[in-house]
Amino acid sequence: MSDVVRDFTADPLVWRPYITPVVFEQATAAQREALMETPSNTKISDYVLVLAHDPQSLGERTPLFNGIMYGRGGLPRAERELGATEASIVNRCIYCVSVHAARYIQLTKQQDVIRQVFAGDTSGLSARDQAIIAFAAKLSQCPPQATPTDAAALRAAGMSDAEIFDLVLSVAIFGWANRLMHVLGEPERPA
Amino acid sequence: MQTDIIAELAGAAAPVLAHRADLMAASLRNERAVIAPDDPGGLSHAERRAIARRIARLNGNEALAAHYAAEAPPTDTRWSAILRHVDLVTTHPKDATRNDIQALRAAGIAEPDIVRLSQLIAFMNYQVRVIAGLRAAVA
Repeated sequence: MSDVVRDFTADPLVWRPYITPVVFEQATAAQREALMETPSNTKISDYVLVLAHDPQSLGERTPLFNGIMYGRGGLPRAERELGATEASIVNRCIYCVSVHAARYIQLTKQQDVIRQVFAGDTSGLSARDQAIIAFAAKLSQCPPQATPTDAAALRAAGMSDAEIFDLVLSVAIFGWANRLMHVLGEPERPA
Repeated sequence: MQTDIIAELAGAAAPVLAHRADLMAASLRNERAVIAPDDPGGLSHAERRAIARRIARLNGNEALAAHYAAEAPPTDTRWSAILRHVDLVTTHPKDATRNDIQALRAAGIAEPDIVRLSQLIAFMNYQVRVIAGLRAAVA
């Protein structure tokens, strides 16, 4: 187990499940239908095949997740990725962090923002990014700690109520995703 | 008719929900998928409501706990193992390891039911944050 990754990175990682993935050829009709929600042009991941043990939840969750992260209008996609990354840092889902930090960098070319977020020192970031990170970190606590003051900082940085709602959704959906990915498997460096 | 508990508890923030009405409808379908699924497997609807209620409480949301009114099943080895896992993943998700999945298996919980339980815990932690975030955002 020496190659399990325990530090934050934006490098590509491999997710190793603790649960036996469903074998596609042996999947039930309900499982196959739920698996159809995933892109057909890529190999179905072990993560999705593990979730196929509960096809109704998998089938409902995929469009919700995609709508929150990629839905048109509202909060810019990069800022949804930043909220998702901070939630994943609080919950220490190393795999989720790697994927969403990399997407943020791909969208913004701002590697330096991610470096500061990984280091836990956001004092060098823009007021808007600082407000996003603070709100995401507080909403990710149990019980959630985000307050109207944290929301006021977002609004002061130019965010509309609709955009704040999109940030709430992207942080909340990672309160969900992290509790699957980090709990049901672990990340490794690719061979 | 399923109550839209997010809308009900969002308070003053409710009007902003129209911005993502499709995602609120999808959230409701996801609630049904984990609380009252067509095929509950080895986790009954009553047990699911009891777990949901517990997670709402752990997150300090009594109004949401009331939405999942349920009597807790009698305590035995299996139920104790489930509650231990519910509490760990809700309150300290970062501390979860391979050993915690092994503990569920050792308590006789089959792999598909471990996934069902995981989706229920994870969904509830989404729902409490949508409500808490909305209440903070438009207070």
